[in-house]
Amino acid sequence: MAQRDDLISTVPDPDPVMKLDPVPGFEPVIASLCCHYCSYVAADLAGSMRLQYPANIRIIRVPCTGKVDIIHILKAFESGADGVYVSGCEEGSCHFKIGNLLAKKRVYYAKKLIEEIGLEPERLEMFNTAASQGPRFAEVATLMTERIRRLGPSPIPRNVAFVNGEKEYEFVPDN
Amino acid sequence: MILAERKPLAEIIELIGDARKVLVLGCGTCVTVCFAGGSKEVGILASQLRMAASKAGKELEVVEETIERQCEDEFFEGVKEKISDADVVLSLACGVGVQTIAELFPEVVPLPGVNTTSFGRPVEPGVFVEYCAGCGDCLLALTAGICPIARCSKSLLNGPCGGSENGRCEVDPENIPCAWHMIYERLEKLGRLDWLDKISEAKDWSSSASGGVRIDIREDLREIKLES
Repeated sequence: MAQRDDLISTVPDPDPVMKLDPVPGFEPVIASLCCHYCSYVAADLAGSMRLQYPANIRIIRVPCTGKVDIIHILKAFESGADGVYVSGCEEGSCHFKIGNLLAKKRVYYAKKLIEEIGLEPERLEMFNTAASQGPRFAEVATLMTERIRRLGPSPIPRNVAFVNGEKEYEFVPDN
Repeated sequence: MILAERKPLAEIIELIGDARKVLVLGCGTCVTVCFAGGSKEVGILASQLRMAASKAGKELEVVEETIERQCEDEFFEGVKEKISDADVVLSLACGVGVQTIAELFPEVVPLPGVNTTSFGRPVEPGVFVEYCAGCGDCLLALTAGICPIARCSKSLLNGPCGGSENGRCEVDPENIPCAWHMIYERLEKLGRLDWLDKISEAKDWSSSASGGVRIDIREDLREIKLES
């Protein structure tokens, strides 16, 4: 289990989701939108350190979490992601000053949008991970995977997201 | 610009009903600036509608399109076919845009996806405030540019009421400043406090909504119809 004490995130503490039981046999697909300057580097570091983290996450590198728009988050859910998290620099350390703070606000707004559809807002969170925190990267991936295992599969089938009939986004199929 | 805010998703889904093909039509002018109905919001709403339909096990094709302005006929030229092809057209434009669709496409029943609220401006990122009530008889010269009709909760003409406290309006002290307090401060800075001595008489509201449908006609701009 992830250590919650040093996690900076939108996940409440204590986390009510963790009181649920994991759905047996369910392996979630989770989109992880990682900032190029911090979390993506941390992912690299986690790899170099030979750290284990769940294979459920699909890392998407973004130039800054401030570049993550609400539509990107919705498209991930639309294409069937069971969970999405945005992982940016620690607050105060954004390469572009406030990108991660903007991202956090958008995550809170997008939580409301997915709630309108009937998805649990807990499927979407924001985390802050510095480039030096390889272990935390693994911790966050584990925490999010454990939470989504408890929330169960997204009611949106895993498929491709369409815009005007044209295939726009496709999820790496679950194996 | 015209301010609007998106309707709740549940209401929109109810409006769409059993339609199989929805065209979400955005407007690239005012509602884009207030983040209610531009191409971005079209994408967000379309995505939400697809997911909601998918969750409910319904088949729903959502087509996305945004035109420059829904209040002028010529901008519809490029989307005529998409409008005719859809079961329902969900317009994210202000009420003018929705009605323009009804007028141009008599066979289509357009649905409003936003609630049109007022004329205003973005005072800071994410904050949109009503500034004009479109009363048809502009008084801004008397108040050095602060509208007592739109920005005073009671639309008073001769100074503040007793509900003005510490520069705030009693209707919503947290969010609404007292317009007459602002007018006083502004005139004081300009050295024009004497303007307040002038008493405004009861306003003629016939130029506003009370006078029936307002139509402006400029004869010099009208179409010339030649007798053949």
